[in-house]
Amino acid sequence: MPDFGNVQIPVGPQHPALKEPESFLITLRGEKITAASVRMGYNHRGVEKGAEGRTYTQDIYLVERICGICSHSHGTAFIQAVEEIAGLDVPRRAKYIRMLVGELERVHSHLLWLGVAGHEIGFDTLLMYSWRDREVVMDLLAAVSGNRVHYSMNTVGGVRRDVDSALAETILKGVDRLEEQTKYYIQVCSEETTVIKRLSGVGVVTHEDALRLLVVGPTARASGVARDIRKDDPYLAYDELDFKIVTSDHCDVYGRTLVRLGELMESYSMIRQIVKNMPDGPITVKAPRKIPAGEALSRYEAPRGEDVHYVKANGTEKPERVKVRAPTLANLQAVSHMLRDNNLADMPIVIAAIDPCFSCTDRAVEIDRADSGPRDRMDWGRLRAHGIDFYRSRGVDFTELNRSLTRRMKKL
Amino acid sequence: MIRPGAMFGTLIASVFRKPATHRYPAARFEMPANFRGQIGFIAKNCIGCRMCMRDCPADAIEIRKVGEKRFEARFDLGRCIYCAQCVDSCPKSALEATDRYELAGYNQDQLKAFFEAAPAPPAASAAQAAPQEEPSPKEPVPAPDPGK
Repeated sequence: MPDFGNVQIPVGPQHPALKEPESFLITLRGEKITAASVRMGYNHRGVEKGAEGRTYTQDIYLVERICGICSHSHGTAFIQAVEEIAGLDVPRRAKYIRMLVGELERVHSHLLWLGVAGHEIGFDTLLMYSWRDREVVMDLLAAVSGNRVHYSMNTVGGVRRDVDSALAETILKGVDRLEEQTKYYIQVCSEETTVIKRLSGVGVVTHEDALRLLVVGPTARASGVARDIRKDDPYLAYDELDFKIVTSDHCDVYGRTLVRLGELMESYSMIRQIVKNMPDGPITVKAPRKIPAGEALSRYEAPRGEDVHYVKANGTEKPERVKVRAPTLANLQAVSHMLRDNNLADMPIVIAAIDPCFSCTDRAVEIDRADSGPRDRMDWGRLRAHGIDFYRSRGVDFTELNRSLTRRMKKL
Repeated sequence: MIRPGAMFGTLIASVFRKPATHRYPAARFEMPANFRGQIGFIAKNCIGCRMCMRDCPADAIEIRKVGEKRFEARFDLGRCIYCAQCVDSCPKSALEATDRYELAGYNQDQLKAFFEAAPAPPAASAAQAAPQEEPSPKEPVPAPDPGK
């Protein structure tokens, strides 16, 4: 077979296999990936800047929309920071309801991931099954919060909706059904040879690399790093719950699958504990509209990993600064490491295995280098020229296409 | 786990099982009790404090004064994010989250919901023509043709 040397393939930002815009530059030697680089920044939405222009109440709904799947995670992480600055003592019942929605959300997210992973490896039956069962937890979330997506449960000083005994019964019934199904998935994933062979040894991050690359969430736990904010830095009332951190020593995509399935079982047990031990009392305390000056950092174990929110208040109704570090940002840099020495065909599942959420991740960072002299800003003309050069250096030239389009436009 | 016959049980069960999908729009959805659908306006309760406008994250509400203690409401359904914060913010329960969710329309006008002000009390304005019994909010959006 002739050796074509290294071949570079750009995948994305617009690509049929990627659900969100992200650019991967893959260097191939034959079928093997020798190098990969990830380039982000195609879906910047200005959420942080937007949050500065809105009141705290409005911001709850804005930060919730950072992510469609872990919306409660972002909302709670933000509100925890605000409540810490304001010195609010959130009622225990509100904390339990927040945990309940948080764990239901984790179940929803992990079942969704299981389906996506099945789809990426061509095991579409798993997709159909797990997404069918995901409807159960979606219905539970709708029953608790009112809506299937964007639960909007949080308000400054508590939660907006209560959970009565009839609803608690429904939740327990739903969880029983889900647990039975999850046991079946665990059986499938631990016995089915196609799944084991397809996922083992793919996207390896060793224990040492996981520590070095600072990966978070199930990706870290699948490399034997027992890190979970719910245990390490308990927020809400997680210190009152009995659960264990699910880890795996597989260090590959298969390990990440097992960790997520194990976490599903842990979440079911946690939901049962939450419903059983739900304290009585009010679900909200009165909160001031103006939050006193101060700053707080809040950590939350989202389904994908550690979610960090930083809020700085200046005594007005609006925050002075909000900073969000979504879990995907921490895991994304490990992707280029994971892709190395894999086959090109493994790329979709390796990327999917961190459960990426690219739109949640994009933030603008302005780096002001001390040695660069005056600030370097691009006007539209230079930005355009830079774009053309950027693609030309990668072997893509739109000049001819642009000319023909211009000609066609003129004819019209 | 290579058991060739394992799927037959599932296969036969699937033939007789109810499909996982709903026959929408022939079969309607039952919305959960807490559902946050289109916001309804109860004009006679409104005192015009505009707390809803202040808290709305999407700038979708407009409350206008049309007379002595009489207010009308306009909702932009295209902007509304259905968080129902306005319902929580309202001190007089003049807003409610309804279970209406089929709000898509064929043009921009259908995305504007207008609620008339409560009728003026007869003593305050005798010139007001035929005050209504009940403040009936106009049905803002026609239900979409299920066939389409």
